[in-house]
Amino acid sequence: MKEITKMTALALGQMIKKKEIKVFEAVLAQLEAIKQREPSYHCYITVLEEEALQMAKKVQEQIDAGLLEDSPLAGVPVAIKDNICTKGIKTTCASKMLADYVPSYDATVIERLKAGGAIIIGKSNMDEFSMGSTTETSYYGATKNPWDKERVPGGSSGGSAAAVAAGEAFFALASDTGGSIRQPAAYCGVIGLKPTYGTVSRYGLIAYASSLDQIGTMGKSVSDCASSLELISGYDPKDSTSIKESHFQYRDALVEGLKGMKIGVPKGIWKAGLDPENAHAIQEAIGLFRNMGAHIEEFEMESMEYAGPSYNIIACAEASSNLSRYDGVKYGFRSMEYEDLEDLYIKTRSEAFGEEVKRRIMLGTLVLSSDYYESYYKKALKVRSLINRSFQKAFEKCDILLTPTTPTTAPKLGTSLSDPLKMYHTDTYNVAINLAGLPALSIPCGLDSKGLPMGLQLIGKHFGEKDIIRAAYNFEQSGSLVSNGNEF
Amino acid sequence: MKLYETVIGLEVHVELATKSKIFCSCSTEFGGEPNSHCCPICIGLPGTLPVLNKKVVEYAIAAGLALNCSITQKCKFDRKNYFYPDLPKAYQVSQLYLPLCRNGYIEIETEAGKKRIGIHEIHIEEDAGKLIHDAFEDGSLIDYNRCGIPLIEIVSEPDMRSPQEVIAYLEKLKMILQYLGVSDCKMQEGSLRADINLSVRELGSNQLGVRTEMKNMNSFKAIARAIEGESKRQIELLEANKAVIQETRRWDDKLNTSISMRSKEDAKDYRYFPDPDLPPMEISQEWIDQIKGRQPELRDEKVERYQRDYGIPAYDASIITGIKKLAELFEETVEICGKAKEVSNWIIVELMRLLREEEMEAEDICFAPVNLAKLIQLIEEGKINRTVAKEVFEHIFKENVNPEEYVEQHDLSLVSDDGLLRSVIEKIILENPKSLEDYRNGKDKVIGYLVGQTMKEMKGKADPSMVKDIIYDLLNP
Amino acid sequence: MEITEEIIHKVAELSKLRLTDKEKDKLLESFHGFLNYVQTMNDLDTKDVEPMTHVLPLKNVFREDRVCQETDRESVLKNAPEKKDRYFAVPKTVE
Ligand SMILES: [Mg+2]
Ligand SMILES: [Zn+2]
Repeated sequence: MKEITKMTALALGQMIKKKEIKVFEAVLAQLEAIKQREPSYHCYITVLEEEALQMAKKVQEQIDAGLLEDSPLAGVPVAIKDNICTKGIKTTCASKMLADYVPSYDATVIERLKAGGAIIIGKSNMDEFSMGSTTETSYYGATKNPWDKERVPGGSSGGSAAAVAAGEAFFALASDTGGSIRQPAAYCGVIGLKPTYGTVSRYGLIAYASSLDQIGTMGKSVSDCASSLELISGYDPKDSTSIKESHFQYRDALVEGLKGMKIGVPKGIWKAGLDPENAHAIQEAIGLFRNMGAHIEEFEMESMEYAGPSYNIIACAEASSNLSRYDGVKYGFRSMEYEDLEDLYIKTRSEAFGEEVKRRIMLGTLVLSSDYYESYYKKALKVRSLINRSFQKAFEKCDILLTPTTPTTAPKLGTSLSDPLKMYHTDTYNVAINLAGLPALSIPCGLDSKGLPMGLQLIGKHFGEKDIIRAAYNFEQSGSLVSNGNEF
Repeated sequence: MKLYETVIGLEVHVELATKSKIFCSCSTEFGGEPNSHCCPICIGLPGTLPVLNKKVVEYAIAAGLALNCSITQKCKFDRKNYFYPDLPKAYQVSQLYLPLCRNGYIEIETEAGKKRIGIHEIHIEEDAGKLIHDAFEDGSLIDYNRCGIPLIEIVSEPDMRSPQEVIAYLEKLKMILQYLGVSDCKMQEGSLRADINLSVRELGSNQLGVRTEMKNMNSFKAIARAIEGESKRQIELLEANKAVIQETRRWDDKLNTSISMRSKEDAKDYRYFPDPDLPPMEISQEWIDQIKGRQPELRDEKVERYQRDYGIPAYDASIITGIKKLAELFEETVEICGKAKEVSNWIIVELMRLLREEEMEAEDICFAPVNLAKLIQLIEEGKINRTVAKEVFEHIFKENVNPEEYVEQHDLSLVSDDGLLRSVIEKIILENPKSLEDYRNGKDKVIGYLVGQTMKEMKGKADPSMVKDIIYDLLNP
Repeated sequence: MEITEEIIHKVAELSKLRLTDKEKDKLLESFHGFLNYVQTMNDLDTKDVEPMTHVLPLKNVFREDRVCQETDRESVLKNAPEKKDRYFAVPKTVE
C-alpha cells in the first residue's frame, strides 16, 4: 500500500469507505507526518492532536453506522487557515492581537466540513490578517516552501499550501482576497481554487477586505479541490452576500474532453515582468489545450493595468475599518500598561499589530479620509467597474481565460518584504479577479530550471467554476502536472 | 441689548419597536442582565456578518411616509468609523450618502398658528451599547444589550425658534411614531433621544450663527431648560463680543448650564464608506404602497371618527387622540361599556389629573380598561355615587383594582333601602328642629343642608336625589 | 496631494496607532510610493462610471424579525481582557 499521506484526499476517503483504512489510522499517519515535517516547514500555528483523534472516533462510528455515505471526504484530515473561526480552538490570524483568541462559534464552512466528516488536523500559518504574499508577516514565524526551504511558500495562505505540498494535510481551506490561494498554490505546486464571490459563506472568516475575501480550497488534485468545494459551498442565510443559486455539483465537471471550449488569453500577460521560463511553460500549456481541441484566442483586455491600484486602495480601505474592532476591549490582546482609554487603544494596537498590518491600516485610513475619498477611494470603485466590464466583454468571446498565476517562481525568504511596490507587482495576475469576484484556480504547469513549480491560472465567468474545473481536470489528466512524488 | 433669535434643529434618535435587533436575532427587550441580549454578531466578534431585519426597513418607511418624506428607492448602508467602547465594531452601520427618507415635514401648533417644521432626512442606523461608571474602581463598565437595536435618526431643518416649538415638534413626532406602532418612544428608557443643534442670531438676520450641539437629551423638561440655558449663554457671548465655538456640549441639568466636551473635534473624520457586507436595497413602489396600505389610523382620522361614531365633542376627541395610549384606552373601554361621553369625561378629567399629580406619562398607565368600564357601570346602576366613584378610580389607577370587588370589600355601595334612609332622615330632622321651622318659613335652602347631613351620616353611601325626595316627603306630610 | 508628516500624524491618530520616528519615516516613503503607484488610475476617464461596491447584483437581502438566542450568554464575555460582574471593563470614560 502507498504511504497514506501521499494519497489524494479522495483516494483516502475511498479507502476509508471500503474499510481498508481506519479513520484513526489516517489521522495517526497524518499526525506522524506533521511531527516529522513541521520542524522543517512550519505549516501550522496549531496542531490538533487530541481533538483530531476524538473526531476520528466519532466519524468512524458514523461510517460504521452507514452514515456519511455520500460524503467522499469523510475521515480525511484537513488543514484550516487560521483566519477561519473554529469553536473552542484558537484562531489567531497569525497575529499577536489574537494570540489567545478562542472563538465561541464555528464558521459556516467548519460546520459543513464537520457535517461531512472531515477531520480538522490543524490551523495553518498565514500572513498576519492575510496581509502579505509570502507568509513572512506571521507573528509565529515564516512557513518554508517544501520544494526549497530557502524559499517562501507564497501567501497569504502559505501554511495551507505548504501543508498540502508537504503531505501535512490531504487538503486545506484557505482564503483569497487578492490571490492568497492561487499564488501560494503555484509556488508550492498544488492546486488552489478560489470560487465566485458569494459561493462560499464568509460567516466566520475573519475579514480582511469584505468585498474581496472568499474562502476556497487547496488540494493535490483537481478532483480533491472540486469535492471539497462542493462540501463547503452553498447558500448561507448568515452571510448577506451569499448566493441562493444551488448548482454546486462541481464533481459533475470532472469529465474528459475539452472539444470546442473557447479559451481566451489576454495579451497583457506577456508583459508584466513575466519570467521567460514561466512564459515558456504557459506557451506549452496553451499548446496542450489546443491539442485537446480547445480554441485559443489572444486579445487585449482593457483597464487591466489599473487593477493593482484599484485593488490596493479598496483592500486597505476595507481593512482599516474591519481591523478597528481590535481595540483591547472585548477580546484579544490588551496592552499591560496604559494611562487612560485613548492610551489603551493606541498601545494595544501599536504593540499587537505587525508592521505590514499597520501600514495597510494607515493607507486605508488615508484613502477614506475626507480629503482623499473622492479622488482615491471612489475612483478605485469606478475603476473596479471598468475592470468588471472588461471581464464581461472577454467572456462574451470565450468560456474561460488563461494566464500565468505568478510572473516568477517562489522567491527566497527575506527578499520580498523590503519593497512593498514589488509586492504589488507579484499580484499582477490575481487581484483583478477578486475585484470582479470571478472564480479562478491555479494548477501546476511544470518546474523551472531551479526545480520550482510554476502555476497556470484559469479564470471562469461568474459561477463558471465547472468550466475551469473541467479544463484543469483535463490538463491534469494530460500528465503535465508536477508529480506528487516529492520525497519529503 | 440687541434682540436675538434662537435657531434650533433637532436630530432625534428613535428606537424601533422590532422584536429582534437590526442585524442579529437577539432580543430588543429593555433591561435584562448586562450583556445577556448579546451574540457574536452584535458584539462584533471577528468573522461575524450582519443580516438586515426586514421590519426595520418597513418601520422606517412607515415613519418616512407619515412625516411626508420621499422614499429613496435605491439606498444602501454606510459605515461610520470611530473608536468608542460602546461601539464594538468600531464602526456604526448608518446611512450617509443615500438616507432612506428625505424632504418631509410635520405641522405643529404654535401661539401664532400652524407652523411647518421641515424634515431633512430620516436614516436607519444601529444603536450603541451603554457605559456605566464604576465608582469603586473609578473605571467604566460596558453593557452591550442595547447594541444593535435598530434606530431611525430623524434630522429636522433648523426651523424651530423656541423651547415651546421644540416641545411641540417632539410631542407631535412622538405621537405620530406611537400611532404608527414603530416605536414606544419611552424617553426614560432611552428609546427617544434628541440632539439639539442651536445657534443664535440677531433678529431679522437671515444668516445662521455658529451652532453648538447638545447630545442625548431625554426629557422634555431638560430639553426646554437646555434650550433656554444655551441660548442665554450664546447671547451673552455675542453681547460680550466673543465668538461661539462650534462644538459638542453636554447639558448639565443640575448645574443648569451646558459644558464643553472638549473632544478633539478637528481630528474627527468618520471615513464613511459603503458597507461591503450589506447589499443595497431597492424599494419598489409596490412595497411602499403596501406599507402605506397597512398604515394604521392616525390622529386626524381618529378625531373625525370619534365625533362621527362615538358622538363625542371635537374638544374631547382631540384631547384623547393626542396620546395614543389614551386613545387606545378610550376605544377599549367604550368597546366594553358603550357610554362614550362618560368614558371620555373620566379620561379627560380624573385620569389626566392623576397623571399630572403623579408626574406620570400616559404610556405608564397600567390599569385594565375593563375596570374603568365596570366603574362606569356601577354609577349607571346607582350602586355608587360620583364621590365614591372618584375615590375608587384612584385605586383603579394606582393598583388596577376591580371596582366591583373593591366596593364590596370596603362596603361602599349605596344604601337604597327606603326604610333605613327614612329612619336616618327622621332622626336628623328631629335633631334639627330649627330647620323644620325655617322650611315652614319658606327657606328652601335648608333642604340642601339636610341632604348634606344625611350624606355625612351615611358616609356618602346614599343617592343624594333619593335622599332629597325622602326629605321633601317628610317635611310635607 | 503631497503627503506630509502632518497627514501621517492625523492618519495615525484616526487609526489609533503610535509610530516611532523611524516608522514614521518609513511610512512617509511608503505612502509616497503607494500614491504614485495608484495615481496611474487618473489616466482613466471614469466620469460616467458607477462606483462598484459589490461584486454581484444582490439586493434586498433580509431576515425576518424573529428572536432566537442560540449563543450561551457566558461566551459573550469569555475572551474579555478585563471584565467585572457581567460587564466588560475599561478605564474611566466620560461622555
Ligand atoms: Mg446618528
Ligand atoms: Zn446579537
